[in-house]
Amino acid sequence: MTATPEPIVTMRGIVKRFPGVTANAGVDFDLQPGEVHALLGENGAGKSTLMNVLFGLHEADEGEIWLKGKRVAFRNAADAIRHGLGMVHQHFMLVRPFTVAENIVLGQPSGRAPLLEDRRVVEKRLAALSQQYGLAIDPSAQVWTLSVGEQQRVEILKALYRGADVLILDEPTAVLTPQEWTGLLGIIRRLVGEGKSIVFISHKLGEVLAASDRVTVMRDGKVVGTVATRETDKQALACMMVGREVVLVVPKGESQPGETLLSLKNVSAESDRGLPALRDVSLDVRAGEIVGIAGVAGNGQTELEEVIAGLRSATHGEMSICSHALALGGKGEFCGVGLAHIPSDRYGMGMLRDFSIAENLVLQRVGDEPFTRRGWLNREAMRDNALHLVADFDVRVPSVETYAGHLSGGNAQKMVLARELSREPRVLLAAQPTRGLDVSAIEFVHRKLVEQRDAGVAILLISTELDEILALSDRIAVMYEGQIMGVLDAREVDVNEIGLMMAGQNRSVGAGVEAL
Amino acid sequence: MDWSLVLNWAFVIALFTAAIRLAVPVLLATLGEIVTERSGVMNLGLDGVMVVGGVSGFLVAYFLQGGPLAGISQWLGLLAGAAAGMLMGLIVAVFAVTLRADQVITGVTLVVFGHGVGNYIYRQQFSSLTARTNGLPVFEVPLLSRIPVIGDILFKHDATVYITVLLVLLVWFFLSRTTWGLNIRSVGENPGAGETSGLRVAAVRYGATLIGTALAGFGGAVLTVVQLRMFREGIMGGRGWIAVALVIFARWKPELALVGALLFGLADAVQYRIQALSQVGRGAGTIPYEFLLMLPYVLTILALLARSNRRGQVQAPEVLGRPYVKGEL
Amino acid sequence: MTAVKIEKARTGQSGALPWLITLGAPLIGVAAGLFIGALLILLAGADPIKAYTAMMNGAFGGKRQIEETLLKTAPLLLMGLGLTAAFRARVWNIGGEGQYYIGALAGGAIALNFADQWPRFILIVAMLLAGALGGALWAALAAFLKIRRGINEIISTLMLNYIAILFIEYMARGPMQEPGGYLPESAQFAAAARMPALSGSRIHIGVLVALLMIPVVYALLWSTPLGFRLRAVGSRSSVARYAGIKVERLILFALMFSGGLAGLAGIIEVSSLHTRLKGGISGDYGFSGILVALLGRMHPVGVAVAALFFAALTIGAQSMHVLYQLPVTLAGVVQAVVVLCVLAADAIAHGKLHRGQ
Repeated sequence: MTATPEPIVTMRGIVKRFPGVTANAGVDFDLQPGEVHALLGENGAGKSTLMNVLFGLHEADEGEIWLKGKRVAFRNAADAIRHGLGMVHQHFMLVRPFTVAENIVLGQPSGRAPLLEDRRVVEKRLAALSQQYGLAIDPSAQVWTLSVGEQQRVEILKALYRGADVLILDEPTAVLTPQEWTGLLGIIRRLVGEGKSIVFISHKLGEVLAASDRVTVMRDGKVVGTVATRETDKQALACMMVGREVVLVVPKGESQPGETLLSLKNVSAESDRGLPALRDVSLDVRAGEIVGIAGVAGNGQTELEEVIAGLRSATHGEMSICSHALALGGKGEFCGVGLAHIPSDRYGMGMLRDFSIAENLVLQRVGDEPFTRRGWLNREAMRDNALHLVADFDVRVPSVETYAGHLSGGNAQKMVLARELSREPRVLLAAQPTRGLDVSAIEFVHRKLVEQRDAGVAILLISTELDEILALSDRIAVMYEGQIMGVLDAREVDVNEIGLMMAGQNRSVGAGVEAL
Repeated sequence: MDWSLVLNWAFVIALFTAAIRLAVPVLLATLGEIVTERSGVMNLGLDGVMVVGGVSGFLVAYFLQGGPLAGISQWLGLLAGAAAGMLMGLIVAVFAVTLRADQVITGVTLVVFGHGVGNYIYRQQFSSLTARTNGLPVFEVPLLSRIPVIGDILFKHDATVYITVLLVLLVWFFLSRTTWGLNIRSVGENPGAGETSGLRVAAVRYGATLIGTALAGFGGAVLTVVQLRMFREGIMGGRGWIAVALVIFARWKPELALVGALLFGLADAVQYRIQALSQVGRGAGTIPYEFLLMLPYVLTILALLARSNRRGQVQAPEVLGRPYVKGEL
Repeated sequence: MTAVKIEKARTGQSGALPWLITLGAPLIGVAAGLFIGALLILLAGADPIKAYTAMMNGAFGGKRQIEETLLKTAPLLLMGLGLTAAFRARVWNIGGEGQYYIGALAGGAIALNFADQWPRFILIVAMLLAGALGGALWAALAAFLKIRRGINEIISTLMLNYIAILFIEYMARGPMQEPGGYLPESAQFAAAARMPALSGSRIHIGVLVALLMIPVVYALLWSTPLGFRLRAVGSRSSVARYAGIKVERLILFALMFSGGLAGLAGIIEVSSLHTRLKGGISGDYGFSGILVALLGRMHPVGVAVAALFFAALTIGAQSMHVLYQLPVTLAGVVQAVVVLCVLAADAIAHGKLHRGQ
């Protein structure tokens, strides 16, 4: 490019270390005024850290930052906000019981301090902004009542209300349907049109290519390269992201489905707040097949997972595993029925950080032979078991007596996988199995899942990563607001059709019962 | 027991008047803890804070009431109680916010610490339990106190009662209508939201804790300086713990704290009056006074039961008791 | 998401450092506590060195003193061990005091009614069992409140404390009062109902029972599946539940076990020291037991050392009182300060170890 104007943001030589890891190892980054600049990289590459440094949430150990031509050093977010930066985090930073107006005003000086700002003043200003950027919202609505897309709009409005010229969007599409994503693209165009500059963090190639003007790829804390979007493609970007040729498809043969091993009939359940989370869900999973549940997060997937695992009671419906009917009382009594579960909440459900790896690997079986002998724990047997599993599943640890909390995300997930598969299940419930994992760990988990499928295990895969669902599943069921919108054969799938179902359209007749 | 002694106006008036008065220390502590917990900090050391406030207030009031400052000695004592409470609050905040220690363990330890320090300080100064403060006079609100029954019950109290009612309003207003209150509430629900909005989470929590413990210390001082006008080991009678329970009963709202504290005050008052009336001892058909003394504690459990009907306990501030690491979001 | 972000394997942090902290923190805490105690002694106008020397002599200066210290260690040890099991499950039983009283009541009832009918061995065993059962059942009340209605056990056990203390006062003044006596206390326990002592000393079997519980609690927590599950519940109850562990039953066990040991402490103390059922028999063991468990890092051996330390402080404080007119509550202050310092040291160390996680 020739005669580039002065960048609005320049970061040089940023180094940021945390105990045990260097998240940013000398990163250079710049943002041109009026551009959409994507930061691409897989989990753990350092993209969020870099932007958190820019936004003042972390202090860089080394390096310099310039904003609008002047050297700056933000000590906290308030500083950054004052200088015209705004950030929309992946997990919304909203106070759920507050109204939209209260959330937007939080931290802002009030015209009539110490009293809160006059509601009408706030609403007037919000109305003007809504108009200007096409972000309609009701200021007096309580945030917890809003949809995810609406909450995201509140976040963007919050940044604009505070006078942001530079907007940082951290993984904005994790919670959007494909259609909502199109809407967000429109909003981004509008923002740029009004003179804003945008940094867009993502690990999804398709979105990066669709939204950005330039892409900076990061890997292991360093910048691999910066390219103009129109001069690159998916394969090239993937290669930069991972450093080698990437196989974007999971190698798997045809599935040979056998008898039905997991069967749900008309299951309904409530969420923690007492609202309906599952409505009349019926689903069958056969031996030797992978059924993927696609859907945007928050449409009942967690509740479905909890009901099947026996952690949440159902208000209605039946479930049977391997032809044994099970009581859906939510008392967690499903050990021994042949079901294994890789939980979506690794640390809240799957493993104990304070326990050793050996202890974690026998969590459900600790009272059985050989781990308990005549009433006493048999630590020898636990150790042997652990050594075997750790080797088989490539879990990198100095010792099996290490605290599980010291494992990296990938190794921890492999440990959970090892434990669950060592229970020799006939049905496997895998929820978000590769969340937060790096590429080699993801490949490992995918391979293992296909292996299990080929060995005749019935696998129910719940994932918000559509790519993963498409790559692994033999049949795909789409969930929306607690209902199964339809079940499709993966071989003949149309992403558009799935997208529409994820957004609530196109419910096929007789959906939820075995199709095809 | 002679029931005719109970079912007459004089008794009822005396009972409710006492109920209001007795509610004050617990109400102050509850108000304070509401502010603290709304910011996400769980101060279980409340009982210890009250003791420290009580002993400090008593000592200051006692030693000043003979000298040139006698006129305001009681008020200085009350202020000293609040200040001492804040000192304890500093310790609470350091442990909970800066050190991020487990708040349950720290709280229980601080109760023992507060009791120990309080008793030690008292014993250092006095060898007996006979020291007394002058207390505060009853102030009859002009006109309003003439209203029959209501006037007697509501408008013939010492100044601390009126101040406390004012404080209920003030705390309500503070939490719901000021920016400080918004900040405190946000930090207790989603500290990440607060931080990314430019708040200093730690500073807000320190502030909330200091305000809360100042109120609790003040409450302890009211009990020793104005109401009982003495100090001895165990004088708080577990009021700090009852306040912790009342916060849950009040669903973290100042208005409901008033209700809860009045219930407690009523139980306390009943116990005193009936004890005085019934024949204590070996008489048949009387309620043993120990069971009456149990009333407040049983009531506390019942109050919590009343609030726990639905599945899942009441909506506490989202991150109550959970330490926050800056930048962790 | 940021909290899950920085996850690379830490090198070489399996063994050594955590142990250093586990041992270092209490030592720092003790030093700090004793230092602050010295300041308080100075403020009171006495010489700290002389005072502490008097304290050491008072606690360990001779056979009688050592016996006295050991006798005081026993109930602290029992309560601390019980609380170790409960705290490891993150069940905060603050009602040790009340459970102690109810245990004393239950065992005392046996003593007062059957002392002259049963052979001594049966009598003592029955008393101990009744004491443990009493304390356990009293704690079970709090367990049901928590399990059925989600009521915080800290508040419920504490309220039950006050109720228990008042109840015993009533019993001692009323139904169980010494026939023909004037004081609010029961008749004295018969000689047979007192804890048998080892010949030639005042050390009674209660001390032995307490010592025996050290390996019992250790084995329970680390060598049985029950202990594994208790610790799992304490580590993260949601994960334990997911793993099929019956969390509610373990909460009940934790409360009953700690309550039972507290009740045991109650009957042992009442039948050996006070020999009558009356008010004021607990000497604040309830809260001291909590501090002992915390100072002992919730480990049986640590708890034993901590119990001994606390007992020495308390006994020694009496000497300091006699010789230098220092209030006996000084011991309590030092104890609390020690634990606070330990908690602070612990928190700082944990902060350094896990920052960013």
